[in-house]
Amino acid sequence: MRLPPGQYLTEDFPVLTAGPTLRVPTDTWEFVIITEAGEKHRWDWKQLMALPSERPTVDLHCVTKWSKLRTDWQGVSLDVLLDGVDTAADYAMVHSYGGYTTNLPYEDLRNGQAWIAYKFDGEDLTPEHGGPARLLVPHLYLWKSAKWVRGITLTDEDSPGFWESAGYHDYGDPWREQRYQGD
Amino acid sequence: MARAAVPGGLSPRLVWRAARLVEFRDETPSARTLVFDVPDWPGHLPGQHVDVRLTADDGYSTQRSYSIATPADGSRVVLTVQLVEDGEVSPYLTETLSVGDVIELRGPVGGWFVWRSADPAPVLLIGGGSGIVPLMAMIRARRAAGSKALFRLIYSARTPEDRYYADELRTRVRDDFGLDVSYVYTRKTPEGWPLPPRRLGVADVNNGGWPPDFQPACFVCGPTGFVEAVADILIALGHDARRVKTERFGPSGT
Ligand SMILES: Cc1cc2nc3c(=O)[nH]c(=O)nc-3n(C[C@H](O)[C@H](O)[C@H](O)COP(=O)(O)OP(=O)(O)OC[C@H]3O[C@@H](n4cnc5c(N)ncnc54)[C@H](O)[C@@H]3O)c2cc1C
Repeated sequence: MRLPPGQYLTEDFPVLTAGPTLRVPTDTWEFVIITEAGEKHRWDWKQLMALPSERPTVDLHCVTKWSKLRTDWQGVSLDVLLDGVDTAADYAMVHSYGGYTTNLPYEDLRNGQAWIAYKFDGEDLTPEHGGPARLLVPHLYLWKSAKWVRGITLTDEDSPGFWESAGYHDYGDPWREQRYQGD
Repeated sequence: MARAAVPGGLSPRLVWRAARLVEFRDETPSARTLVFDVPDWPGHLPGQHVDVRLTADDGYSTQRSYSIATPADGSRVVLTVQLVEDGEVSPYLTETLSVGDVIELRGPVGGWFVWRSADPAPVLLIGGGSGIVPLMAMIRARRAAGSKALFRLIYSARTPEDRYYADELRTRVRDDFGLDVSYVYTRKTPEGWPLPPRRLGVADVNNGGWPPDFQPACFVCGPTGFVEAVADILIALGHDARRVKTERFGPSGT
């Protein structure tokens, strides 16, 4: 079993959020991608459910040191959502209900690395863990996998999101232990 | 790329620093306050934490996060650690580490769960178990800065013996004008307590807290289940979610 440096194994699924758990109803839920040209692509809950989904089994690494291995998710690959989006953007800013943001390079959303996930262990994703839907980018520390995701803005320039503005790393690769700015 | 100014006084790079234990005291039979001397410590804000790294002789190393219990004071970094019986790190910190021993830590970490002494807004602190630690840093910082912000603390502990900082809180309530403290006991109450032991509920937050109209800055800290429950209560009572800051320490153990 391999763990990134400084991580330890947990069997539970701890919760980490800067504030209260949000409860977002699916009947008003929407997910919007906005390109660097200002073009909007919108999906409501029904449309998201109608898209082909995948069931990735992935390891999770939280910056607060715990790792949880072989977790079972279901969701729509960002490749499916971005295939019809005309963009040459280098960066993405992920937005959540409640105002949370996180930044990452555009290419980290592509090639089977990222999902809009709505099921965990075969069950609807609970609000504590970011339901109805969260971003899942398991190759980066878990704060990048924004809970209660509502949209992604594609940009030419990188700018820091919520935790990144508070001193956390812009990229956040667990294998290079990029926890904080300068790591 | 232009980078926004980093709040919370985080240094651009968080280096590992040697921290020497200079003093300790037991807060409860299972929690110990550790006073470290950390040369060149950059300072911190109340509410921030450090990462502690322990390394064994064979090179194996492991890290955990611990909140800082006091406001910035030169090279001193003070933690209070709860013993988790089957834990990897906390038994070492609370039972083995001796005065003169050196561990590694880095920080300060976390620029969100912080109270700034220039903020005049009323403050509501709700802590469960060891979740009192960063809240105590805020209470101590309030006094140190001479802040007149009105503070209320609701502190949930298993038993009266499990309260950290009990004597100090008693004197602060007497001497720090504008600080109120109320307690909730989940396993055993003091003699003559009007209520049976129980978990913190809506009534406790209503009575011991501030009305949402006051727009208090709320800080909630403790085991995950505790924080989830309290944050939900605050929202149900009408507090603005953006004014409720949370720090989740991990599993509740029970
Ligand atoms: C930001 C932050 C600040 C923290 N501040 C403090 C602090 O000021 N004081 C403090 O004592 N702790 C604090 N913690 C918790 C601390 O980081 C460790 O999780 C805790 O000391 C247990 O570590 P361990 O190695 O002893 O146990 P582990 O070996 O990690 O765990 C052993 C067993 O105990 C369970 N367990 C893990 N953590 C806890 C817990 N907190 N309570 C009960 N059971 C647990 C695990 O699920 C496991 O079954 C903080 C955590 C975070 C994320």
